[in-house]
Order: sequence, then C-alpha cells, then structure tokens
Amino acid sequence: MSLDVTSIRNDFPVLKRQINGKPLVYLDSANTSQKPQVVIDAMTNFMSNGYAPINRSAYQMAAEATDLYEGARSALAKFINAPKAHEVIFTKNATESLNLLIMSWGRANLKAGDSVLLTHMEHHANIVPWHMLVAERGIQLRWVPLTNDGQLDLTQLDTLLDGVKVFSFTSMSNVLGTINPVQRLCAAAHKAGALAFVDGCQSVPHQPTDVQAWDADFVVFSSHKMCGPSGVGILWGREALLEAMPPFLGGGNMISDVRLDGFTTAELPAKFEAGTPPITDVIGLGAAVGYLEKLGMAQVRKHEIELSTYVLNMLKDRFGDDITIHGPANPELRGATFSFAFRDIHPHDLSQVLDQQNVCVRAGHHCAKPLMRILGANATARASFYFYNTMSEADALADALDSASDIF
Amino acid sequence: MAGLEDLYREIILDHYRTPRNRGELDPPALSADGHNPLCGDEIRISVAVQDGVVTDVRFSGSGCSISQSSASMMTSAIKGKPVEQVKSIVRRFKQMMTIDEEDSEIDESINLGDLEALQGVVKFPVRIKCATLGWNTLLDALATEQK
Repeated sequence: MSLDVTSIRNDFPVLKRQINGKPLVYLDSANTSQKPQVVIDAMTNFMSNGYAPINRSAYQMAAEATDLYEGARSALAKFINAPKAHEVIFTKNATESLNLLIMSWGRANLKAGDSVLLTHMEHHANIVPWHMLVAERGIQLRWVPLTNDGQLDLTQLDTLLDGVKVFSFTSMSNVLGTINPVQRLCAAAHKAGALAFVDGCQSVPHQPTDVQAWDADFVVFSSHKMCGPSGVGILWGREALLEAMPPFLGGGNMISDVRLDGFTTAELPAKFEAGTPPITDVIGLGAAVGYLEKLGMAQVRKHEIELSTYVLNMLKDRFGDDITIHGPANPELRGATFSFAFRDIHPHDLSQVLDQQNVCVRAGHHCAKPLMRILGANATARASFYFYNTMSEADALADALDSASDIF
Repeated sequence: MAGLEDLYREIILDHYRTPRNRGELDPPALSADGHNPLCGDEIRISVAVQDGVVTDVRFSGSGCSISQSSASMMTSAIKGKPVEQVKSIVRRFKQMMTIDEEDSEIDESINLGDLEALQGVVKFPVRIKCATLGWNTLLDALATEQK
C-alpha cells in the first residue's frame, strides 16, 4: 500500500499555511524538514507537564524524563538496526557528530603520513574537520572522483584504498541526490584494512537504514532532516571502537570520577555526552522516529522514487534543454533532491522569483564547494522533496520557473 | 511584503544584462578577490590609481543579478574620481545598504545617482551581501596599496 499523502499532510500544521493567499510549496527538506504535530506535541507536553533533568535526580519527574530521553535512544537504535542502544550518541548536530568522530578517533589513531579517503561529493562537514587534522597531524587526503552523471567513479577504488586508514563518505549526495552503494563501499574499505565512516544525513530520513547490513563502523545523521527538531545530531558507532576512543568534550555527565589530579570517563553513551543534553529536542526526535516507523521507511522510499520519476520527466518535458538537472537520471539511483540550472538565470535570482509563488528552494553551494567547482558552478538551485510533497507541488515549481523567464 | 519590482528595477537589470567595465587590469593596478560564503559568488575588482585618482576600474567573476549590477554601477560611479571621494561614496552606499548604524563621517550630500535603484535590496536582507560584495572587495583592493 502506498502512502496516503493527503492524510500525511494533515499531520504537518505548517503545510496548511498560506502566504499572500497562496499555499506554501516547501521543497527544501534536504536542508531541513518540517515537523509533524506528534513531534510538536511531545516537546510541548514534556515542557508543560514533565520538564526535568536526566540521569541526575531521584524524584519521579526526573526519572520520567530519563525514561523519555533513553526511550528516544532505544527507538533510534531500532530505527537503524544498531546492535546496542548505548552505541547511539546524541550530539548537537551531525556536524558535531563528525567532529567528535574525526577528532576523537583521528587523534588517537592517525599519525603523520597516514591516508584518509574521501569523495568529491562530500559536504563540508566531512571535509573541513579532515583538513584540520591534516594541519594538526600531517595526514594525507585522497579523493574518489565522480562519473559524468554524478556517481562515484569506483573504477580505481581498490588502488585508492590501498594503505588507507579510513574511508569516509556520504550515503547520499546533498547536491546530486546520488545514493551511494554503502554496503559495497564498506566492504571495500574493510578488505583494504580501513574503517568505514558513513555520513548518513541525506539518506537516513528517506529510506530504510540497517547499519549492520551496511557493515559500517560509524554512521552520523541529524534529527532535523527526519522530522525531528534542530539541536540534535546522532553518532552511531561499533561499541568496541567507541569504547577505545578518548572523550571529545569534557565536563559533567561524561565522567565516572574527577580528582584534583585527573578524571576517569563514564561508560557509553555518557562518555560522549558532556553537559546537559538537548533533552526536549531528543524527546521530540524520539516522537519523529515513532512517526517515521509508522509510515514505514520502505513506503517513504517508494513514494520518493515515484516523485523523482515524475519530477525528472515533467521538468524535461516542459523545459527541455533549458533545464540541466545534476545527478543520475535513473530514479532508483537517487533521492528526490534535484540541483539544477535553469536557462542562464542565477540560482539566487531564481530562488527569489520562486519565493513570490511561495515555492521554497535552496540556492547556493550547499556546503559542498569542491563539488560545485567540479560541476563548474558557483551555485545551483536545489528543490528537495520529502514524503509529504506531491506531484502537484512539482507542477507548482515548474509554473514558478516559467514566471522567472518573464523577468530575466 | 516587498515585491520583486522593488528588487529588480529596470536599471539594475540593464547593468546585469549589459555590464559596464567588465574585465581585469594588470599590475600595477590594485586588485582583490571577494567571496560571498553563503552563495559562492566570486568577484575580482581591479583598480588603477594614479596621483590619488581612480583612473580605471574593472570587475570580473560571476554572481547573481544584484551582485553583478551593483559592481557594474559601482565602477561607473567611481571611475575618474579621487580615491578619497571614492571612499566617501563607498561609505554612503554601505550606509544605504544598512538598516541601522549612524556614521557621522558619512557625507549625506553625496548623490548616488543610479545606485539609488539598489535601495530596494534592503527590503530583502539576504541579498544585502550580494549588493555590497563588489564594494567591500573594492575597499580590499584599495587597501593593498598601503601594504
């Protein structure tokens, strides 16, 4: 059975909003997703009726808060098929998750001359921390190039992986929409004796995730792209690897003892959760996971393949060579995130004109400047769809594109 | 809500479609590169200064209609003017592009001419950085002289 998008849209209060008498057409979910009522209610209810600290106090409300917070962790673990809930670490965003991982694991395990393999389609969050380690440790970076249709060019993968300590890559490009063969890439990394770090920000909200089937070593993703609130990132890692890593942030909650001459760390997951965490936001994320589980991630993926098929065909039919859509043409190989060039209209101007029709798209470099250089563009416009988007919203995008031609 | 007509005035689109003073100047002309880290726009301003006067100025790079037209209008406005006067024009323009900040040094009598068309950009705060990119880069270029 496919998704009942009409009913789903009723779950999202903001999708009923009209601006200047016209409906909102929100096509920026790769940036950040909208929130269903159940998430808003979970957070409001917690703050209205049960707000309390976690892991600290003996009173009933504190115990309830701890249960809700840890319940979200368990739900997350199940959602990605993690073997153990305490392998799921909450951070403040996926960027912090990557920094924690790269700095903590990297400083403990990488020395001058060691190599790390990245790809040309990485987000800055999976590039800049590595550059920082290059400066700090003298490690070396290698890069997997791309094919002409925006997929990873894996023809030289084994050579690139030779002698590498880590292969860190995205499961889906936030610019091209390309879905990478994560399982195959993890297997290749392991065969070469390297660890596999997966940036799952773009794929985890949109399709079933099984970290054990992937056989990944670490996976990061963010709450706000999967219907949860902003302010929470997730790092999942294999228990043994997390246990061997030094802490990243020091302070309250992450210790088992502190003396005048030093400290010892707490067990997982507290070891990596220094200070008071975003309790309300994590509880909201827990509700978001429940919501997505109910929809079924396989159904979400199916809907987005249908949408992608429609969007790709419709835009080509209406605009022909006036539109260039980056990334794979086959909807099975991609998510419903479309970066495009339209005539010679600058993406910034395009997004401004689309905004007049309440069509919300992102314009810019999408925090992937190395990739933009390869595409030969300073910026692209990007329309990104989620399970709550419809084909008629894709039509609204096309109508708005038509109106841009009137000005430029 | 501010309408698109406030942003895309005809004179702005004219400078976008037909940019003035596009190109680069070789040293000893001064030059600097500017980036808008939000959108990736890039611009290079080259400015030739002789005896304290801007004798020539060019811009190159790529960007949206606002950044390109603003740079084009800027080059037209400052060519042939003494550097000190150019700096006053820059201050006056940047004042027009801000919503706050009173600066007593600004000469309110400076007539910005066509540049006044960019006033509507202030109603679209995200685009202010587009409009000021060329101007800040011009200041960077002029500052290289002292080095």
